[in-house]
Amino acid sequence: MCLAIPARLVEYVDEDRMYGKVELGGVQRRINTSLLVGEDATEHGEYVLVHVGFALSRVSEIEAAETLRILEAMGAAYTDEVEQIREWQSAEEELVGADSRERDGMPA
Amino acid sequence: MKFADEFRDADIARALGARIAAESGGRHWKIMEVCGGHTHTIFKYGIEDLLPSNVELVHGPGCPVCVIPMGRLDDGIAVAHQPGVIFTCFGDLMRVPGSEGSLLDARAAGADVRMVYSPLDALKIAQQNPDKRVVFYAIGFETTAPSTALTLMRAKAEGIRNLFVFCNHVTIIPPMKAILDSPDLQLDGFLGPGHVSTVVGIRPFEFVTNTYRKPVVVVGFEPLDILQGVHMIIEQIREGRCEVENQYRRVVHDDGNPRALEVLARVFQLRSHFEWRGLGFISQSALELRDEFAAYDAEKVFSVPGVRVADPKACQCGEVLKGVLKPWECKVFGTACTPETPIGTCMVSSEGACAAYYNFGRYSRARERERVLASGERAVGNGHADGNGNGTIAEHEVRPIPVRAR
Repeated sequence: MCLAIPARLVEYVDEDRMYGKVELGGVQRRINTSLLVGEDATEHGEYVLVHVGFALSRVSEIEAAETLRILEAMGAAYTDEVEQIREWQSAEEELVGADSRERDGMPA
Repeated sequence: MKFADEFRDADIARALGARIAAESGGRHWKIMEVCGGHTHTIFKYGIEDLLPSNVELVHGPGCPVCVIPMGRLDDGIAVAHQPGVIFTCFGDLMRVPGSEGSLLDARAAGADVRMVYSPLDALKIAQQNPDKRVVFYAIGFETTAPSTALTLMRAKAEGIRNLFVFCNHVTIIPPMKAILDSPDLQLDGFLGPGHVSTVVGIRPFEFVTNTYRKPVVVVGFEPLDILQGVHMIIEQIREGRCEVENQYRRVVHDDGNPRALEVLARVFQLRSHFEWRGLGFISQSALELRDEFAAYDAEKVFSVPGVRVADPKACQCGEVLKGVLKPWECKVFGTACTPETPIGTCMVSSEGACAAYYNFGRYSRARERERVLASGERAVGNGHADGNGNGTIAEHEVRPIPVRAR
């Protein structure tokens, strides 16, 4: 019900921009675009969020890229940290041997 | 699909899960996802499997089909049976059981019940059938209500007089408040409803941070959105912050969509009270048509029984909707109540927690998770016991899952 999906706005079908055509999974569908005003004003080729036949808002390419950048950085930072721990562990292993590691209760 | 696939990256999801595990240690977290759309994503993509077992997602009341009480559905079915009526509704609603059968049963018995994708389809049917009275059974939160409003405005502008709306539109803030006021459930924070927020913005949730001191993060509907939202809530609490944050910036503006709010205000007004399944009557929690649109109001034009009907005794949807009961803890889950033969609403809608558990096979995992939680030996940190005797998880259970290098 509250499910809404991003779709590419192909064109507006009237001068007042009340209706438009979006492409969704290779199919074109006519939707109501009258809510796309102000910050949500959308041009051809941009993406909108479609819900029960209405475009609810514009999908911002810039904001999407920014969120992805943060997510990728978070993922990378964590992967790097795990990598560092691994390197540190293997260095430790070389120094004191695997026995003490087990005794300290660290995961093998 | 653009703006969807990028937010489903498995490696980043695993890394986020591991990061949450590393940073959430020492206590049991309970975070409610308010919206049924989130519940759907969580089960579809197995988000719970990526989270450590001490981070629990509690499923909230934001499933529009689930919260409709049985009496309200009976009223709709009574309208569908009246002569000369074409009854239209979203597909989710067709199999919801009323006290004497569902809308599908009504159709089998001869009523003209049609499934529509959009309220605009109902308008079209009304135009094509001028000798019939076309009723649209409107459900949904603030996400969907503007669509009904715009449809009615267009019907009025075009002089179409044979379209009627049976309005069950509800608002999200009152049930959130009811849950926060309930002693049954102690939550740490909320994943805010992303698509409701495209309309209302993020400011209406400030009462949760100001009055109840719980963080809210409005999140999108892809797996990475949810995981990032969970991380943001945990980060807020760890840093001693309590704010409404917007993770779903690509779609949600802090002030919402002013045009949508304007059409809502033009067509609807708040009802004095409305009955919610599981939550009972909540004042000013739903919308009704303004007097200017009275001629389109199915409740005023048609006579309906208007009787309050209690849920079947075996049904525990109410407790599930409040997040007090896990779907599999319901006595009839998966036995007497299945998506094919549902007893309660939560098993019908794709956004219902029970249907999600059932359809995506998370049932056994959920049991296992519960077992792990229950077996926590040492209570650590400032976690809390819930009503089911499950104490705080022991620290040693909190282990980051292995991360594969990208």
